Amino acid sequence: MGKLRTILAGVFAAGLLAAPVVAEEDTAMPNMKWSFDKIFGTYDLAAAQRGFEVYSNVCSNCHSMKLMHYRDLSGIGLEPEQIKAIAAGVTVPQGVDDQGAPKDGPATAASQFKSPFPNDQAARAANGGALPPDLSLIVNAREGGPNYVYGILTGFVPAPANFKMQDGMYYNKMFPGHQIGMPQPLQDGTVEYTDGTSNSLDQEAHDVVTFLSWAANPELVERKQIGVRVILFLVFMTGITYAVKRKIWSDVH
Amino acid sequence: MAGLNKSEFANPVINWIDTRLPIFTMMQKEYGVFPTPKNFNYFWNFGALAMVNLMIMIITGIFLAMNYQPNTQLAFDSVQHIMRDVNYGWLIRYVHQNGASMFFIVTYIHIFRGLYYGSYKTPRELLWMLGVVILILMMATAFMGYVLPWGQMSYWGATVITNLFSAFPIVGPKIVTLLWGGFSVDNPTLNRFFALHYLLPFVLVGVIFLHVAALHITGSNNPLGIDVKTPQDTLPFHPYYTVKDSVGICVYLIVFSALVFFAPNYLGDPNNFIPANPLVTPADIVPEWYFLPFYAILRSVPNKLLGVCMMFGSLLVMFVLPWLDTSRVRSARFRPIYKWFILLWVVAVVVLGVCGAHKPEGIWVILSRVSTLYYFLHFLVIMPVVGKLERPLPLPESISKPVLGGRGGGPMPAGAAAKPMEKA
Repeated sequence: MGKLRTILAGVFAAGLLAAPVVAEEDTAMPNMKWSFDKIFGTYDLAAAQRGFEVYSNVCSNCHSMKLMHYRDLSGIGLEPEQIKAIAAGVTVPQGVDDQGAPKDGPATAASQFKSPFPNDQAARAANGGALPPDLSLIVNAREGGPNYVYGILTGFVPAPANFKMQDGMYYNKMFPGHQIGMPQPLQDGTVEYTDGTSNSLDQEAHDVVTFLSWAANPELVERKQIGVRVILFLVFMTGITYAVKRKIWSDVH
Repeated sequence: MAGLNKSEFANPVINWIDTRLPIFTMMQKEYGVFPTPKNFNYFWNFGALAMVNLMIMIITGIFLAMNYQPNTQLAFDSVQHIMRDVNYGWLIRYVHQNGASMFFIVTYIHIFRGLYYGSYKTPRELLWMLGVVILILMMATAFMGYVLPWGQMSYWGATVITNLFSAFPIVGPKIVTLLWGGFSVDNPTLNRFFALHYLLPFVLVGVIFLHVAALHITGSNNPLGIDVKTPQDTLPFHPYYTVKDSVGICVYLIVFSALVFFAPNYLGDPNNFIPANPLVTPADIVPEWYFLPFYAILRSVPNKLLGVCMMFGSLLVMFVLPWLDTSRVRSARFRPIYKWFILLWVVAVVVLGVCGAHKPEGIWVILSRVSTLYYFLHFLVIMPVVGKLERPLPLPESISKPVLGGRGGGPMPAGAAAKPMEKA
């Protein structure tokens, strides 16, 4: 009896100690350094371009980016020729032909990013009932932004022994409820970078999140640059205006 | 009384117009030489700031409306089209989006100014009541504006808030159907909200005109809360207060710019970047920050109808404030007891705001109930009772007296010593 009590107390104490540790490891948001952080942060264009490679080779098999056009890629530093070449390699619907039948053709710079599925039903049917969300705004649409998306991409770990998984679901420590319909999309070496950068999982995830952050907030760099000037001007104006105020009020007792 | 205006303007063109339509004389009278108490502190900037903010909202709003599509199929993408493809569309939209938050910050401080310095008391009751009308119109406008981007929070916020009206017996469901233009939040709802969101700001302009007109009849209150006695108590509005307001506008624009350029989505909800989906309910449906105190009042009551009544009541009680406050002293500066109660009321509103952002469970339920109780207790019990019991500090004889006091007095103006402030 005494023995049992000791064991129970030990288990209880261990539970107390272990529980917060486990919980913390499960939900802690990664806190990565991003090139676009801070007041003067801008997008690391090389990373964003690598991220576009990751998107086109991996993500775009299931995820659409309906708000993006190929022309927008000039924003991550691609030249017009590169953009034309990328678009020309994609076949998209192009209205109807002379007979009224729908026809396909190569995309142009002005085309929307091609969606992997014609509609949501088709997307669900191909993904075991789960709908891969559109990625155009994904970084803005999740609490935690880039850190959260990074956390999902690097959060695939083996499920704890006592965790009950549903069929067709995968364990992800970042995902609310830990069961995600997406199998681990990126691993070490998934994408062969054209610029020869090492393709570790961390690097791939970091690059694609940089690309997705740019896609969600393409105006960020210009916005901050204008902002710095506007605020400097306003600080100057405040000083001048305050001096004028002091001067005008100097004769008031 | 027909008759030409005797214009004093030298410029012949202005004189010609002013003789026939004396707008220049009017502006000169109301904004040029208008006698204004000389002792305003910077709290008195916030009326002008609200006016500037309204102008910014109307101007940016007009440009947004040129590119926005009020249709459930197109609305979300048209907002992103503005953000991505319209020249400086992101700037116009972020100014409009954060302008709503700035408008409420400025207006809430403006209201606090009025509460603390007793600007609602006689003879400014009607001026105050028009202000309450402005606040309610602003809230309606902001609510409908938030629906327009047609994100998840737009849709579900609209659903939750419009459903509140169903709590009223008999007419409730009919009101809801009328608001929706159908049997759920859908395209007709979006259409009418867009139409009203465009209309209400101009109604606001009208009510604000009356608010300012009433102000120019009674004259401004001031931090001492005592009446203007002599011309020495006042300064012409221009240049003294035009320049002081300009300082405030510059500082306000710095705060505004910091939000727009460096944290444009800080006050927003990530869920609103997901297109509206009637089949998926977000985990938490939370209104914009400026509605949180009222949302907390609503949720602090277990009964839906009572909660809705309390929420609307928390605004409507403002209408009778001038008659609930029994003290004849305006400024809380001279009310040693009431001063702490009004500051506690501010704390209660802030606590309510924090409660509104959390799920109604555990400590948040208790906190929001206590704060709601104090919110109403303050207006309905403390204000009338403290006004009767409290012994106010002696009031200064005039606005210019405390300013001159430091220099050792000087000759007293005739009659100034006679009676201290019987009207206050």
